[in-house]
Amino acid sequence: HFLNQFRNPSSVIVQRRDYSLGVLPNGIDRSSEAFVTNSRAMEEIMSQLQSHVQKVLCGGGAEALRRNKSRNKLLPRERIDRLLDPGSSFLELSQLAGHELYEDSLPSGGIITGIGRVHGRLCMFVANDPTVKGGTYYPITIKKHLRAQEIAAQCNLPCLYLVDSGGANLPRQADVFPDRDNFGRIFYNQAQMSAEGIPQIALVLGSCTAGGAYIPAMADESVIVKGNGTIFLAGPPLVKAATGEEVSAEDLGGATMHCKVSGVSDHFAEDELHGLAIGRNIIKNLYLAGKRGLIHEYANSSSEYKDPLYDVTELRSIAPVDQKQPLDIRSVIARIVDGSEFDEFKKLYGTTLVTGFGRIYGQTVGIIGNNGILFIESALKGVHFIELCAQRNIPLIFLQNITGFMVGSRSEAGGIAKAGAKMVMAVSCAKVPKITLIVGGSFGAGNYGMCGRAYSPNFLFMWPAARISVMGGLQAAGVLAQIERSNKKRQGIEWSQEEEEKFKGKMVEAYERESSAYYSTARLWDDGIIDPADTRKVLGLCLAASMNRDPQPSKFGVFRM
Amino acid sequence: RPMSSENQKSGSIEKILIANRGEIACRITRTAKRLGIRTVAVYSDADRDSLHTKSADEAVRIGPPPARLSYLNGSEIVRAAVRTGAQAIHPGYGFLSENAEFAQLCEAEGLTFIGPPASAIRDMGDKSASKKIMGAAGVPLVPGYHGNEQDVEFMKLEADKIGYPILIKPTHGGGGKGMRIVLSPDEFVDSFLGAQREAAASFGVNTILLEKYITRPRHIEVQIFGDKHGNVLHLYERDCSMQRRHQKIIEEAPARSDLHSSLMQPNIASDFRAHLGEAAVSAAKAVSYHNAGTVEFIVDTISGQFYFMEMNTRLQVEHPVTEMVVGQDLVEWQIRVANGEPLPMSQSQVPLKGHAFEARIYAENVPKGFLPSAGVLHHYHPVSASSTVRVETGVEQGDTVSMHYDPMIAKLVVWGENRDAALLKMKDCLTKFQVAGLPTNINFLRRLSDHWAFKDEQVETHFIEHFKNDLLGDPSNEMLKMEAYDTATFAATLVAACVCQKERQASMSSLPGSNNLNSLWLAHPPFRVHHDASETMELKWDNEDANDSKQIKLYVTHQSNGSYLVKIADNGSSGDEVKVTPLGQNDFRMEIDGLSININLAVYTKDHTKHIHVWHGKHHHHFRESRKIHLPRDDDSSHGPSFEVASHPPGTVEAPMAGLVVKVLVKDGMRVVEGQPVLVLEAMKMEHVVKAPRSGCVHQLKVNIGQQVFDNNVLFVIKRLCLRSLLFPLFIFTVLNWFDCRALEASTAAMELLGLMDNALRFRCCKGGNSELYWLSLCGDLVKGINICVVQLGYQLQRGMARLKTKARRPPHRVGTSTARSQAAEGVTERKRERDILVRGTDGSGSTGGTEVSHTLSGSDSAENGEGEDCFDMSTDLVDLNATSFLGGPSDFRLQVGQGRAEIVITVPAGIYFRKFSAGRTLPPHLAGSSRGRESL
Repeated sequence: HFLNQFRNPSSVIVQRRDYSLGVLPNGIDRSSEAFVTNSRAMEEIMSQLQSHVQKVLCGGGAEALRRNKSRNKLLPRERIDRLLDPGSSFLELSQLAGHELYEDSLPSGGIITGIGRVHGRLCMFVANDPTVKGGTYYPITIKKHLRAQEIAAQCNLPCLYLVDSGGANLPRQADVFPDRDNFGRIFYNQAQMSAEGIPQIALVLGSCTAGGAYIPAMADESVIVKGNGTIFLAGPPLVKAATGEEVSAEDLGGATMHCKVSGVSDHFAEDELHGLAIGRNIIKNLYLAGKRGLIHEYANSSSEYKDPLYDVTELRSIAPVDQKQPLDIRSVIARIVDGSEFDEFKKLYGTTLVTGFGRIYGQTVGIIGNNGILFIESALKGVHFIELCAQRNIPLIFLQNITGFMVGSRSEAGGIAKAGAKMVMAVSCAKVPKITLIVGGSFGAGNYGMCGRAYSPNFLFMWPAARISVMGGLQAAGVLAQIERSNKKRQGIEWSQEEEEKFKGKMVEAYERESSAYYSTARLWDDGIIDPADTRKVLGLCLAASMNRDPQPSKFGVFRM
Repeated sequence: RPMSSENQKSGSIEKILIANRGEIACRITRTAKRLGIRTVAVYSDADRDSLHTKSADEAVRIGPPPARLSYLNGSEIVRAAVRTGAQAIHPGYGFLSENAEFAQLCEAEGLTFIGPPASAIRDMGDKSASKKIMGAAGVPLVPGYHGNEQDVEFMKLEADKIGYPILIKPTHGGGGKGMRIVLSPDEFVDSFLGAQREAAASFGVNTILLEKYITRPRHIEVQIFGDKHGNVLHLYERDCSMQRRHQKIIEEAPARSDLHSSLMQPNIASDFRAHLGEAAVSAAKAVSYHNAGTVEFIVDTISGQFYFMEMNTRLQVEHPVTEMVVGQDLVEWQIRVANGEPLPMSQSQVPLKGHAFEARIYAENVPKGFLPSAGVLHHYHPVSASSTVRVETGVEQGDTVSMHYDPMIAKLVVWGENRDAALLKMKDCLTKFQVAGLPTNINFLRRLSDHWAFKDEQVETHFIEHFKNDLLGDPSNEMLKMEAYDTATFAATLVAACVCQKERQASMSSLPGSNNLNSLWLAHPPFRVHHDASETMELKWDNEDANDSKQIKLYVTHQSNGSYLVKIADNGSSGDEVKVTPLGQNDFRMEIDGLSININLAVYTKDHTKHIHVWHGKHHHHFRESRKIHLPRDDDSSHGPSFEVASHPPGTVEAPMAGLVVKVLVKDGMRVVEGQPVLVLEAMKMEHVVKAPRSGCVHQLKVNIGQQVFDNNVLFVIKRLCLRSLLFPLFIFTVLNWFDCRALEASTAAMELLGLMDNALRFRCCKGGNSELYWLSLCGDLVKGINICVVQLGYQLQRGMARLKTKARRPPHRVGTSTARSQAAEGVTERKRERDILVRGTDGSGSTGGTEVSHTLSGSDSAENGEGEDCFDMSTDLVDLNATSFLGGPSDFRLQVGQGRAEIVITVPAGIYFRKFSAGRTLPPHLAGSSRGRESL
């Protein structure tokens, strides 16, 4: 019992030396005009988001759904639900991928990916949606598939491929087939992960043609469903065209043939539910295959946590709609960390960057949040803190709301480029789990220093009103207008004020559109838009997934001093 | 209770052996313990871990499960008593309780038999004899004929004298066996002969008595008690009119005041009660009775007359109702009387207070004509006992209600100030009595006690028949069906929410810390990005009353406030929000639509299916979770040998490799079993045995020894055997021997048999009586076993090894397979006598329309002096009949040996045997000389 007190601090009733020094204040004034306006604007944005999501959840339209049902097939999200442990959570990724990307709508990019729990083990799910263009791979479909594999590899998650796809989208073959990060990379990743001991499981629930045939073939174990599942390099029409042989799909590449004769598939399923049940069983039997990956097994997190003191749904009202309005990032942190306790590091130095330690569902994290423009001091403080966390193997959470590094002669003379480079070096080389959340703006090199997409954070999410671009629309229009004018001047053309305004307007409009969260998420610059009220949960789920890996030592490059 | 000490014998009982099982054994143990008397239980192998075995101070094994070899084995029981030093034996009820020889044996061994004197048992055991004695003692008797003359014609004349309707009854036995009601003279002869046959089969004695049949009778019985000093008193009466299949299910005491319409006034009622009691006491005195006994009377509700029916010389099943109204412990009285003490009170001192009911809770299938069932009590939560509620039970949760004994699970006994109060309590208790895992009659009992006519005391022995539609549910009543479906969907809604809750709890408890980062994956509600998690659940509702099941599909949405939105598919409503608060492991508080109720859940897995029972309000529903996963059957998926290729018809065997045929082990057309070597190939200097991939007949076997075969050459084809033809003999034997007399059971059995023939999956028939159970049980798990056994039978037939085996004067024996076969094989000796067996079947449409199929099996008799065996070489195929023709009247089947009849026992190879198939039969004339009566296959 005596020892227990040390092992389990929560059993100590009187904690005389434990002070909660860093409890954050509420930070918002619910009655202020800014708060009310912002909440109202955000409500509209949220309802717009909800309507987009509802459309996407319906898949590829009523006719396709009906056809799918008539074949005794479930929808991809239903398939995933049946594989998950009952009543457990599922972190879907890039729900709005492909949003307004092509002339045809491509709900969720034609593929559902996400992380969920099967027999107590976190897995990456990659499920084709056969109701969307027959499950064929558009360029964004491939990008989403590869991103899921990237996360799986980074977080050591077994992959479950729920295959039901017609293969590459033939009209777009040039954008799908040959490049490094195209179709072929899927199999490369499978091979690499398998080599690393990350299980690759394929459930063939529908057709699996041409290149797609390699997904089950490359898998460690595969299941095929009688009747619906087929695997072949060329379907019956192509076979007839090529060799004149007439053969039915089932005889050519059905479950019986592949399980009995070819050995391309390992498990024979009578129907889809049976196939999914076998899938769960395979994961159950992974138990001894690897020591890591069972989510009960991390030691790092404490067994008790407190909820934040303030209502997390208020984050919806805090989320900045107008990027020009200042936001104290501490009011966000106060609604993310356990007990709203945040022990700030170097609080008085470089105050435009907030750094400190907190816990999320008991897991200690280092949080770096923007509270204004990055100055040299703030950048150096960031580097210091990142190094600290890398040393201690503490996961990092970046809360981006950044217009960029300070410009101007004073800054340049002070070596702001050097400071920025240090920050980029630290972010790039810290080998701890990193999760980035873009709460407001993410502009210029600020995006880089704060662990943007290019710096391979384990996960990157956006709030619905957040924006990404190299600089603000107005600034960009200003710069471009200046260049345009000097160009015109050189050519001797007069540029009227009116024309210039029109030019600028067009520029601003393009920036406006291309910097929106939808534009970003459609192209997979992030892993999804999340409801600000879900932030704490999503961060928790991502942390749980990221902690699936043994700690790795960080080695930094040459810091320019 | 004050008992004068000078009357106590010096060697009073200190240790009792209880020669019984189940609730009565537990009941006796309880009283004995209270009195400071040590107890010894006896148990059969089936009862090794039963409650009665565990609750006694000591327990002795007395034999294998069949009662005949254990609980009816008097000498073994007496030995157990001697071995453990018990001074007395309490026989309980049933088994040896009314066996005069056993009572005598006890006394001979110096053991006190806690019961009446052997002479009284003997006198009362024979119904004709007992009626003579009663008539002489002036106890009123039902008009009838109890003589020795048993000629049909004579009996018919007697019947005419008494007047119809007439009741035909065997003089021995009980439990309604062999009883027949004859409404008009032209039915008499058939019924009489049938009763005679059944009596002979069940009790070995075929004497029959005739009685006037009382159309609206009540069954009233009087509890009497006598001591060894000649004192006899009665403890008032019980009404046991509520019967099904001539067996009591609800008893009450005292009998209702309006035994007859002219007896409505209470004082007249008490006069009637006194008359009845006096008659019972004089009946007991007439046979010098001591200890507990019951005198049964039949009361004609029309005339108000009462007649002596019989006397039960034992403690009755329903004795607790008397105990409740007189406030005495009858088992204690029994022990004290056996000790030689006088009765503790005089007749006038016997109190009578309030009213008591007993409901017998049986494992039985009510819609299938109350057929007894067996199985595991996966969930057993009887109501809690109190001063007014008693639960007499011999089982615990997890116990098996075995097919060997009576399927009674418990007796629920309640007491109230008056009948209405007691009835209210009984209804409440039945609602809360939770049994799951096998069908029970609880719902039926509840409906019975809910019935207006029962409340109004309009009860007579045909009550259940009269109100059949109210009690068993009217299948044509759409309103009732809809109502039942509505409550079922409500229950399903509750179940769905509870299952979600339970599953989450289970997953949470698998995590070491309940409140950390990892538990986030099991947060409630489960997290989804921008939508609520939902799941579908499909439940199969088993309507135990209507004996059908319905699929209910539910959508459960996990709501952000932690409650569940449950929607029934194909139902326009928007669904119900359900909030679940767990109270215990299986108890929940539910909030639904402004209503807050407690429910109980029982979940268990049986036959690969999850069963969920829910008790809510006064309802009990049973659901199965249908997973809709169709598991592949071994034979049509990938488990065949790799050289059996899809492009050929199934059963085709190709050469696994090129090679030389060196042996051919079977002939074309022969039957083989799975895995049996068919031929041997030699290739690569190795011999390869080609085996039959499955059981069946070998066809197209074209290869010869020395022939070269090549890759993928077709060697032979195995065609499946017709299951029907193989099962046919089993079918006949079953039907013939068990169900001859009971059309209802017979047709049930036939249906199930047909089920087996068509899908070879389920095969289970039973015949129930109070004391005996006959089972043929080859349930799902044994499917493979059946196949093998059936096919092996066919194989043996082919080889001439299966045979009918006649054994003289031997009980039907349960022989393990191999011994049976080897015995049979040895039985073929030189001394053979040719004889024929005729297997004949007609369909049920009667003598005119039915097609008759017969087949002769040539047999030979190797017997000598009745000790040998008759062996019949069934070298030819058995009859291949269209099994559907059996549906109508399977009781038309006869297996005949020559012109006479024989008793059949079937022993099937491969370890599955059918127990107790036999029914006593008239011996064939040419066999009668050598006294051969039993034959086995």
